[in-house]
This record gives sequence, structure tokens and C-alpha cells, in this order.
Amino acid sequence: MTDLTVPASESWGEWFDRHSRTFFIAPAVTLILVFAIFPTFYSILFAVSRVRFTPEGLSFRFVGLQNFARQIFGSEQDHFLGKIGELGLLEIGILTIVSACLLFWLYRSLSITSWVGMVGRLISALSAWFIAWLLCATLLIGNPIGTLLTTLFYVIIGCSLQFVIGTGLAFLCSQPIAGKNFFRVVFFLPLMITPLGVGYAMKMVADITKGPFQPLFGAASVDTWVWSASPWASRFVMMICDSWQWIPFIFICMLAALENVPRDHVEAAQVDGASSVQIFREVTWPQIIPVAVTVLLIRMIEAFKLVDLPNIMTGGGPGSSTESMTLHSMYIWRANDMGNSAAIAYLLLIVTVIVCASFFNYVVIGQLRKARAS
Amino acid sequence: MKKLMIGALAAGTAMCGLAATASAGEFDGVTVNILTRPGYVIAGRLAERGKEFEAATGGKIVVIEVPFAEIFPKIQNDWSTGTNSIDVGVFAAGWGVELDAAGLIEDMDPYVAKDTKIDLADVAPYFREFGQKVGGKTKLLMVDGDFQMVYYRTDVLQKAGLAPPKTWDEYIDVASKIHGQDMNGDGQADYGSCIFKKRNAQSYFAIQTVAAPYVQTMGTAQGFHFDGATMKPVINNEAWKKAFEVYKETGKYGPPEELNMDIGDTRGLFKAGRCGLLIEWGDPGTLQLDPDAAGVKGLIYAVGAVGSKEVLDRATGKLVPVTKENAPHSVDGINYAPFAAFGGWAGAINAKADQKKKDAAYAFLSYMNQAAQSNVDVTIGATGYNPYRNSQLASTDLWVKAGMPQELAANYLGAINGALNNLNMASDMKIPGAQKYTGVVLDTELARYLAGEITVDEALKNIETGWEEVTEDFGRDAQIKAQALALGTGK
Repeated sequence: MTDLTVPASESWGEWFDRHSRTFFIAPAVTLILVFAIFPTFYSILFAVSRVRFTPEGLSFRFVGLQNFARQIFGSEQDHFLGKIGELGLLEIGILTIVSACLLFWLYRSLSITSWVGMVGRLISALSAWFIAWLLCATLLIGNPIGTLLTTLFYVIIGCSLQFVIGTGLAFLCSQPIAGKNFFRVVFFLPLMITPLGVGYAMKMVADITKGPFQPLFGAASVDTWVWSASPWASRFVMMICDSWQWIPFIFICMLAALENVPRDHVEAAQVDGASSVQIFREVTWPQIIPVAVTVLLIRMIEAFKLVDLPNIMTGGGPGSSTESMTLHSMYIWRANDMGNSAAIAYLLLIVTVIVCASFFNYVVIGQLRKARAS
Repeated sequence: MKKLMIGALAAGTAMCGLAATASAGEFDGVTVNILTRPGYVIAGRLAERGKEFEAATGGKIVVIEVPFAEIFPKIQNDWSTGTNSIDVGVFAAGWGVELDAAGLIEDMDPYVAKDTKIDLADVAPYFREFGQKVGGKTKLLMVDGDFQMVYYRTDVLQKAGLAPPKTWDEYIDVASKIHGQDMNGDGQADYGSCIFKKRNAQSYFAIQTVAAPYVQTMGTAQGFHFDGATMKPVINNEAWKKAFEVYKETGKYGPPEELNMDIGDTRGLFKAGRCGLLIEWGDPGTLQLDPDAAGVKGLIYAVGAVGSKEVLDRATGKLVPVTKENAPHSVDGINYAPFAAFGGWAGAINAKADQKKKDAAYAFLSYMNQAAQSNVDVTIGATGYNPYRNSQLASTDLWVKAGMPQELAANYLGAINGALNNLNMASDMKIPGAQKYTGVVLDTELARYLAGEITVDEALKNIETGWEEVTEDFGRDAQIKAQALALGTGK
């Protein structure tokens, strides 16, 4: 801890100079404490309380973990986790395989990581097992999934799609082709539009019966099919619309990474007779891995917060099929149930931290080490 | 130069003073901030009348618009946390009960006592007693009167040789017979029924319109959501089950994207002449006079309520045939219970606002409510204001003057009068947590049932559990008391 008393042998000016570093960062630290950390901790109070409005302001009644239990075990279980049913033989088989793989992974980890690392891996393994069980107990037996799995669908499937397409476009634009500057601007445009605007625009574009593509769908005789009445079609439409906006983010970052790959490395490989695929796999990819995994991590964190598109395009429907956890929390907050809303927000935070920390520890760091080694 | 500047300053000051004198009035210098929904509907007329009010009194009216779903939380936050940036909220009349329970809204009785122009006796009894009053005191002033009706295309039904539906079974029958006909001459098949079924929109109002006549039989004070003595939900029974099933079946004769349609979408459809039947508030009566509805002008007629020949036996939870004993207000073996969905838009004043602002706020709300203004505003479809005063409903003259064909005006006012005079009118939920009970729990489970995620039995059971949790959260005894006040049976 910094000693802030002025020694007798020192003037105020000298003392101030010596501690100037502390004084310069103090405002920033204070701001972070007030505007970021305090609200985060204050919201815990909401998550463990029933909150009511009174003429004197907010009144809190402590309810412990009831708000969390309601989502996981109580009346909101169907909505949050999905409609859980009994497992069949196929599901039990799948779950057994997943369990065996996770146990094997944990066993192998024993020899390569510290006890702190083992705790982390245990949390990751338990979370992965829980998600696998949830998938078996809902989706695989034909039951509807809840907002947790819907959110993971947007994050895992959506981000993967965005990464592949964004990297592909970046690779194309990094090649010496005509008009590539024009394409760079065009591909980047969607990112500059507000998500609210994207929601309304996509609602119009995706309207099969009245939208701009109606003649096209009419010609294909599918204009009576309505995506908004089908849970999975709605989820895919939501994911595609989200991808339309976020592929540019992946694109621009990956383009920057690709353009930083030294040309002489590529040319040396070409001289050695390597094919295009070999050059990409052995020369280009190892050098862009650090950017790729970091971009994917940032994109995943952002994808967990998807709210505008399903709110505007479907209101979370049909049923609750396109409702993300953020939207789930928002709808409950709008009914002034701040306790349950905060509890869902914390559950989202926990899921985000586990998924992103696991991705960082087991994918990002591994790829970075591999890149450094090569 | 200095002299020139002083001269200019003096002239400017004099001009300002002149201007101030010209607009000076009782509320000169007072600004009243009003929060309400976005768009011209509701908010537009408040702003226009606000300018008139400012010219007459000097009081400035600022209308702040926020998305519908955020009106209530924003007002509650602003008024209870002492922010007090909002002086008046214009929202669903039913929300007043929860705000009043928290002591956040001003008692208007003292203001009304001194007001010689408002003439509250002219306000229709339901809106005066259930809309404007909480606990017997006037806490809100209506600017709009709302309840849902069923509308039908008179030309389409006549051509098909069908009578307007009297029961929900007949509604399904009529919808099935006219579905697929070309109703606007564009060569395309149109829809038998149009209902806004999008989640987080207005669907949870429409289901209550369907359910009310199956559940409520003994008059408004009985209610149709809870048992008044215990606050146990009256939802997991054959009556609500039938209502859910009827509601879902209407989808067979509706637009394919009906599950994703809100009120804006269905209004677009009926104005384009694509709906044979629809559930709506009072607006289609006047909206069909809009230039963009020229194709259906004078063709959209209303029935005040659609009823049921079977009603709930609350002791057994089963549906039983209507009799004069179990449904004393029934007519020809049909129980009607027009649903006062939303209850109408009404203005309430922040109890913690400055007195001068409260005075100006009341004066403005009174100005909006007075017959001289409201009798004009309700005849203009775009305002979103529907009739709520007897003088608006007594004669067709106002409406014919506004461009409504005489025959339509007679039908429209007849339907409204019939509903408002029905002693079995079903009241919207007006207790603390109403938004959670209906806007979240009912709406979510209904949407999941419509989407096929859960069965009707599961939906009703989930609603029952969810409503019980909300009741426990707020305290059962407090809710029993609030429910009695809301239905006019308590003190």
C-alpha cells in the first residue's frame, strides 16, 4: 500500500512528484469503481431480493437464491432450460460417450496442469456435461429448448458461421483482384448500422409474403410458407440477420491480419512449389491464428448479448423460440420484476464467463503456443 | 457602438416582454412533461392540444414518447426514485391501481370539486367508476375509452348469406366459410379472421376477450381472473381451455404469419380489405374513414361482444349450458362479457410534482377530457381516441359530421352502447403486478401454446403457477384487497 504521509525531510512538491503516478490514475480508478464495479455488485442485491417501488424509493426483501431456483428448478424451468423429458436409449448412449470423453480429458489434464487449472477444467467439464444432458433431455427427444440453449445456438453456430464467411471474404479481398477496395467498403457497411435499424430492415426484407423478395418466393411457390411460424426457421433467420451485421467485424479484423502476413514467406513457399492450400495451412494460418482466436472470442462475448433482432423481428416468438437470455431478462424487467431479471442477467454472466474462459484457456492459448512454436 | 448595443438589448427586452404579455396566463412559465406511447396515436393529439393550452394559459406541454412496454417502468422508476422528471403519465387506466398503491399519484378529487367545465357525470359509468377512480377517488382522467369488440365485413357476410357471429363457435364457423374469398377484388385469397397474435404485443388482450364470456357470468364485480375471496387463479379450467382452443383455431382462417403480427400489421390488413372478421378496440370504426382505407369505407361493422352458450361452473371447473341462474345477464341463452381491454388511455399526475405543475397538469388533463375537445378528438381515427362520454354516444350527428356513413354510425354507436351498458362487462386486471400476471405470464404461455411448444393443459397449469407466484410476491391479503377495490367491491 502506498504511504501517503509527507516525511519531514521532504517538501510537498517533492512528495507530490513522488506520488504523481497514483494521483494521475486515481480519477480513472474511481470512475471504474463508481460506474462499472459498484453497479455490478449492487445488482447482486437485486438478484437475491424482491424489489418493490414505494414513495420512499426502492424496497428490498431478501429472498436468498429463490430467483435463481425459479429459473432452474421452479416455474420458469420450461422457459429457461426447455421442456425436460425422460432420456431414451439413444440419448443415454450419447450422454455416456460425452461423459467418457470428458473423464478422459480430465484424466489427461492431471499430468499437465496445476490444481488451480484442474478446478477450472472441472468447472468446464461439468458445464459441458450439463449442456450435453440438456440437449439430450430437450432437443434430442423432440421437446422445445429454452432461452439458455437458444442463446448458445446464436453464440456457437452463429459465431462459427460468421467466422468462416468473414475469414473467407477477407481472404478474397486480400488477393490482388480488381475493385477490392470497393468490396472492402461494401462488406464493412452493415457494421455501421444500428442494430435497431438492422432489426426493422431485416423484418421487411425477410417478410416472404410482402417483402421485396416476395416475387422470388412466389415464383418458387414458397410464398405461403412463413418462417416466423416455425421455431427453428425463426432461429436461423435471426442468426442469419445477426451474421449479416457482424460478418464485417470478422472480415475487417481478419483482413488486417492477412495483409500483415509477410509476402516473402508466401513467395518463398511458392518458389518451393507449395500449393495454395498448403501455403494457407502452413504459412498464412499460423501467422493469423492469434488475431483469429481473439476476434472469435470478442465476437462470442458480444453474441451472448443478442437482444435487438429477436425483440424487433419476432418479439421472442413464435412461443419463446427466438428469445435469448438477454431478451428474457429484459421482458421480465419491463414488468418491473427486477429481482428475477437480475438473476437471469447473472446466470448469463456465469454462462458467458465459463464458455469464454474455456474457449480462451483450451483454444486461444493452445493456438497461440502452437503459433509461437511454428 | 456601445449605445447601439444597449439600444438593441432594450428593444429585444421589450419585444420579449410583449411576447410574454401576449401569452401570459395562469400557468405562464410552467412546463408540464407528459410521458406516453410513441407515434401520432395518443401522443399526437396531446401535443396538438398542448399548443392550444399553451396559447390560452401560458403553460407549456412537452410530450415525451417512449416504447409502449417501457411506459410503466419508466414512470414507476421516475416517480418512486424521486427523479420527478415526468409530471404526467398517460397510460392504461388500469395501471393507476399499482401506482396508487405505492402512493405515487395525485388525488384529483379536490381539483375536480373546483372544476366547473369537466362534467364527469357525462363520462360513461364504466370509465368514470372503474377507469378514473381508484378506491373511490378520482386518480386519473380518461382521454380515451377502450374495450375490445369484434368487427366484420358487412358486404362479405351478406354475400355469403351469413349473420354476424353471436358466439365464439359462430365466429369460427363464419371465419371458416369466408376464408379464402377475394374480399378486396385484387384477385388474391383473403382471410376469414385477423387477430394480432405476436408475443409481447397485444395478443394477451385478445385471448381475454375470447375467455371473458365463458368465465364471467355474474356481473363486473365477479371478475374472471381470480376468486375474489382467496385470489386463487380461475384459469386452469374448461372455460379458459375452450377459449385457448378457440383462439388457436382462429389461426386456421387467418394470415399465415399471424403469430408474428401485432396491431399495426392487422390494421394494415383490414384497411387493405383483407380481413372478414377481426378483434379490435374501437378504432376500426373511424380508421375506415382514412384515405388509405377507401376500399372498405363504410363496410366494417361491429358487434359489441361475442358470447358463449356455455359458461364456467366455478365449483367444478367444468363448462355447463347457460341458464338464467348461472348467467343472469345472458340474452337468449348466450352469456356476453365485453372485455374492457386496457381500459383506455388516461392521465395521472405525479404526487411529488410541484404544486404549480400539478395545477397546470390537472388543467391540461381536464381540457383534454372536456366534451368540447374530446367529442371532436374521438371522431378522428388517427388520434387513437375512442368514445367514453355519454354525449359522444348519444347521437350519430358527431360521427356523421366527421364523415361516417349514417348506417355505419348507427351500428358503431349501437355496438359501443350495448357493451358499455352491459352489467357483465369484464374488467381488465387492475391490481399490483397486473403487467406481470398478463403481459408476461399469460402472454408467454399463450404464445408457447400457439407455437406448439406446450399443450393447452400445460399452458394453463403454468399460468396458474405463475399467477400464484406473483400473488405471493405481492402478498395475498394485499392482492385480495386490491382486487376488491379494482372490481368495486371493496373499500
